[in-house]
Amino acid sequence: MNEKVISVHNLVKKFGSFVANDHLSFDVYKGEIFGFLGANGAGKTTAIRILSGLSRPTSGEVIVAGYDAHKQPEQIKKNIGYMCQKFSLYEDLTVKENIMLYGGIYGMKKQLIRDRTKNLLERLRFEEYGDRLIASLPLGLKQKLAFSVAVLHEPKIVFLDEPTGGVDPITRRQFWEMIYETAARGITVFVTTHYMDEAEYCDRVSIMNEGKIEALDTPAGLKQKYQAGSIEEVFIRIARPGKN
Amino acid sequence: MKRLLVFVKKEFLHIFRDFRTMVILFLIPGALILLFGFVVSTDLKNATVSFLDLSKDEMTQKLSDKICSSGFFKRGENLKSFQDIDPALRGNKIKAVIIFEKDFSAKLISEGKATVNIITDGSEPNMATMATNYISAIVADFNSELAGGGKAAALRVQPEVRMFYNPSLKSQHMFVPGVITLIMILICALMTSITITREKEFGTMEALLVSPLKPIQIILGKIVPYFILSLVDVIIILLLSRYVFDLPVKGSVVLLLAEAMLYILMSLSLGILISTVSKTMQQAIFISLVGMMLPTVLLSGFIYPIENMPKAYDWVSAIMPPRYFIIIIKNVMIKGTGFLYVWKETLILTLFTLGAIGLSMRKFNIRLQ
Amino acid sequence: MRTILYLIRKEFIQIFRDKFLGRAIFAIPIVQMLILVPAVTFEIKEVNLCVVDKDLSTESRELVSKLVGSTFFKVRHATFSEREANDLLHRNKCDLILQIPAGFGKDIGKGTPTKLMASANAINAMNAQLSWAYLNGVIIDYNMNLLAREIGSRTFTAIPQIEVTNRYWYNEMLNYNFYMQPGILGILVLAIGFILAGLNLVKEKEIGTIEQMNVTPVKKYQFILSKIIPFLIIGLIDLALGIIIGKLVFNVPFVGSMGLLFLCSTVFLIAVLGLALLISTFSGTQQQFMFTGFFFMIIFILMSGIFTPLESMPDWAQKIDLLNPVVYIMRINRMVMLKGSTLYDIRTEFLALVLFAIATTTLAVNRYRKTA
Repeated sequence: MNEKVISVHNLVKKFGSFVANDHLSFDVYKGEIFGFLGANGAGKTTAIRILSGLSRPTSGEVIVAGYDAHKQPEQIKKNIGYMCQKFSLYEDLTVKENIMLYGGIYGMKKQLIRDRTKNLLERLRFEEYGDRLIASLPLGLKQKLAFSVAVLHEPKIVFLDEPTGGVDPITRRQFWEMIYETAARGITVFVTTHYMDEAEYCDRVSIMNEGKIEALDTPAGLKQKYQAGSIEEVFIRIARPGKN
Repeated sequence: MKRLLVFVKKEFLHIFRDFRTMVILFLIPGALILLFGFVVSTDLKNATVSFLDLSKDEMTQKLSDKICSSGFFKRGENLKSFQDIDPALRGNKIKAVIIFEKDFSAKLISEGKATVNIITDGSEPNMATMATNYISAIVADFNSELAGGGKAAALRVQPEVRMFYNPSLKSQHMFVPGVITLIMILICALMTSITITREKEFGTMEALLVSPLKPIQIILGKIVPYFILSLVDVIIILLLSRYVFDLPVKGSVVLLLAEAMLYILMSLSLGILISTVSKTMQQAIFISLVGMMLPTVLLSGFIYPIENMPKAYDWVSAIMPPRYFIIIIKNVMIKGTGFLYVWKETLILTLFTLGAIGLSMRKFNIRLQ
Repeated sequence: MRTILYLIRKEFIQIFRDKFLGRAIFAIPIVQMLILVPAVTFEIKEVNLCVVDKDLSTESRELVSKLVGSTFFKVRHATFSEREANDLLHRNKCDLILQIPAGFGKDIGKGTPTKLMASANAINAMNAQLSWAYLNGVIIDYNMNLLAREIGSRTFTAIPQIEVTNRYWYNEMLNYNFYMQPGILGILVLAIGFILAGLNLVKEKEIGTIEQMNVTPVKKYQFILSKIIPFLIIGLIDLALGIIIGKLVFNVPFVGSMGLLFLCSTVFLIAVLGLALLISTFSGTQQQFMFTGFFFMIIFILMSGIFTPLESMPDWAQKIDLLNPVVYIMRINRMVMLKGSTLYDIRTEFLALVLFAIATTTLAVNRYRKTA
């Protein structure tokens, strides 16, 4: 846990006069599961979009996978995977066609794509779904598949933006098992969520409120510091300081 | 009823919020009317012609000057030999070549006869016929000047013509009805089919269907705003044609607007029908635009008169609703005739409307079960 | 390069997965071409004539029989009442009325000038003028006959006459199909590519899949090319099918080089597909694209010179029309197919299309943002 894969200093993102990210600073290490916790509109998605090269920071230093988010966003994109809740995969393509497409985009050899496809489908017990259209799959399967496709090319970091939104608890559990396996392979997982229980599964959690990082530590460390029984309590204390 | 009004209001808000669509909704009819009023016309003007003058005498000079000063033709580069004709026509720089034979004046005086040969570019048949006809007419005029006396004196029977409904022979009389007809059907069918398939595609239709609104109310809510907007479009076009082209509604304005409402309703029903057969917006757009644009422009009698088409096309164009509306609008607007002259067309449009609504209701109900 | 191939493959799968669209992109142009091409012509087949003969003399009958004999006029109605004739005109039952006044035959016998009155429905000014010109021609002929009969007895003094002969090159019989087929085919190919490509990009925006693309290392030009190439290929297939069917059904000649036509069509398609994508980068929803696209398309088509002559447009409009790519391809199609023009003949048009293609694709690549 010493190789820094993400390094952020004083990241600021403004939309007009609205400050979406207000001087964020943090580091993320290789193989870590790093959680970004916050209410809707706290600035999580803005930050994750900057880190994955979809959006440019207004100011501050942002280094992802060794590349500068100001100048080398396309280099960053080569080394990351990304998945968001709003969209998973092309609905009118089959499972295999989607995998083939993304594998091809990341420049993987055909044979390698085939091997990994087989592997992936077996692991997910998905074999019979290979030729089904994404549109015909239930949401939970889609999300698991989208995650698998996001790490198909073995990126250094994978960004997950509220990956489990709208999914049932059992699938969420399975999803997190996949996240653990991925992290164990040395892929850093950067995940945003507003499910408090999910934050407990992370190695380290940062809690965002109104564009600022209010706290950053391991779940245990946070609970200790705020003398709370769960991350949820920690969050409520941070988000509504006056009420407690 | 109150629910319906709330729903109609919501649909109106959707439309008005999309500023760009609103602008284009009014820009398209306006632009088309001005385009046809001021820009495109089927008349011959300034066609470039080249001369191959093998004689180069006073007579050919006079005749070629007469041709070029007519306003129909513009003098292009002079050709030197027969070999120059093909490259000149092939390069598309000129529309026609006029050839004066050798010893033109001498022959005319000694033999009383000389020949002008016109070669036109048949790859544009319309231009070719027009150019040939106009040049021939100019030459005929020149002939009668040569004969000394005016042409009239030589003629025993003198014909006169009255051009009915359009004494100044303006092409707007053709195009204003055409533009209204074309725009209404395309915009209405397109708009309704898109807005309904959109709800289907994004799954919001389900939400509407479980609401206490009846299906018929949902459909009504969708089309009422477009009905009103289209009517505004018609009024804009009529005002433009009145004040810009000086082409007023000769017959009853009330009758014209009533017929326009019927036509709009027909077009909206057609849009609903399209939306029931298409699964995605892409399909709806494809059907209403690629499928309908050219047939409406070409088969409705908008630019090309139906009478000129081969016999079988009476049947093909019989199933094109625009054909009937063009007849109605020409009658009421330009000829100033009353309902008695257009009741048949009105009936046919009504049947089209009922047919489209009936078919879509059936489709809609089947889908709900 | 491999990346583009994967993207193109994806587009093709998506296009043909939609059963309706997959068929429609080939069926619609073929069917429409077959139906529309023979229909559109300015050539007047026949004019419905109503004769009001108030004279009923030998002379008036001679004139009417001359009209009956012409293939152009169909004498549909004969009446003695002017009101009835006007009503027929009102009801569109006839296009032209010829009134022969009482005393027509007598005047001719006496050698005094006499008048004929014609009334035309001039809503379609072009048709009215043309029918009038034909009627006039018949009457002039009739005059000449009268004159010849009279002069026949006396000595014939030659009036100098310039005769006009004419020929139509490249299309001797003035077959309108030869003119319309390349034009209508061109419009259909344009419309299909333009709408599909534009909608395709906006749709990815609307449902959000474009975001997933934006976060991959796919380059901007690769993405835009992957949206152009499939529709270019479909357009060219449509074109080839259209040409083959045009040849089989309408016997449209193909004088020039097939390769040249396809080269030009490729450049043209790239230009308009680029424009479609450019418009779609400005649009948020398919509806917005559609209306902007529809606006451009209908103006491009109506100002393309296929339905109305370009030369009769005012100067300023002709200048604006320099920016209309459809003008160039319409001209090129006709020139290459019917006249056998070479690349040298069409160099200006070709160059214009190349510039267009470069401009629209570059702008589209530039306008397309991988960042939100």
